[in-house]
Amino acid sequence: MTETAQKATISITVNGEARRVNAGSSIAAMLEAIGLNPRKVAVERNLEVVPRSTLGDVTVGEGDQFEIVHFVGGG
Amino acid sequence: MNAPQSVTADTWTVAGRTFSSRLIVGTGKYKSFEENAAAVEASGAQIVTVAVRRVNIADPNQPMLTDFIDPKRVTYLPNTAGCFTADEAIRTLRLAREAGGWTLVKLEVLGEAKTLYPDMRETLKATETLVKEGFEPMVYCVDDPIAAKQLEEAGAVAIMPLGAPIGSGLGIQNRITIRLIVEGAGVPVLVDAGVGTASDAAVAMELGCDGVLMNTAIAEAKEPITMARAMKQAVEAGRMAYLAGRMGKRRYADPSSPLAGLI
Repeated sequence: MTETAQKATISITVNGEARRVNAGSSIAAMLEAIGLNPRKVAVERNLEVVPRSTLGDVTVGEGDQFEIVHFVGGG
Repeated sequence: MNAPQSVTADTWTVAGRTFSSRLIVGTGKYKSFEENAAAVEASGAQIVTVAVRRVNIADPNQPMLTDFIDPKRVTYLPNTAGCFTADEAIRTLRLAREAGGWTLVKLEVLGEAKTLYPDMRETLKATETLVKEGFEPMVYCVDDPIAAKQLEEAGAVAIMPLGAPIGSGLGIQNRITIRLIVEGAGVPVLVDAGVGTASDAAVAMELGCDGVLMNTAIAEAKEPITMARAMKQAVEAGRMAYLAGRMGKRRYADPSSPLAGLI
């Protein structure tokens, strides 16, 4: 990594874990970088649900807290 | 044509959606997704409950429930299991709505871990908020006819009293209150929790419930798929017995063979 590339990342929290992503990434790009299909999950950012239709438009911000959930077996 | 015709046409409707199966099954505690899918198939259920949990971001390619149970074929009913406050439950269901795109949900707000008894104050509060936000909550509750009525007034689309504590398999503990809830309700009533074996499901249906929701009774049976089939038949048998109208109870015997013509 070059010095400029390091500067171009921001720190966020995803499902309780600290991660770094490229500054300016959309939420959809962040999900794909993790390896998740945006159509199969729901995303909450700083306690607000992000509508799936806007995942490609919303830019990830420094310090954002994300919860990424899906359906699992339950009673 | 007699009873069989009316029974095959027997359906129930919740929040405008009509179903022929009166058995709702959970998808927790199974040994594998394959076994879970086979049990759902054997149960004939058209609705399954599911939980909302964090994706494992360390291993995003793990198989998912939706790969085995098709949400287009079976209605997913997202639950709020594990939530102990109205706020947690509402937050969970907002995410569920985004994940699935539907508003029919199962609300349960628990009071304590030991009994998993519902916290009715928080449950009522959550019901009111969810209804305002456009959700259609089917609500897990105590077997209390007054609480059931309050939930219905708050906009619950179905009342789901426990038969016994979640996962206990103790069967319907209070038939009187379940019957009172059924009599008083203007929305479907389903026994949710406490069923242990097929006869328990039949009892719930004989009391006039519109359906039964269960998970552990099938998932923890030695042969879950066989038990799923048994539950399907028990729910159908109980429903048919309810529609048929059972005989009155007598304190003493009444012979079935005529007394006249005895030699």
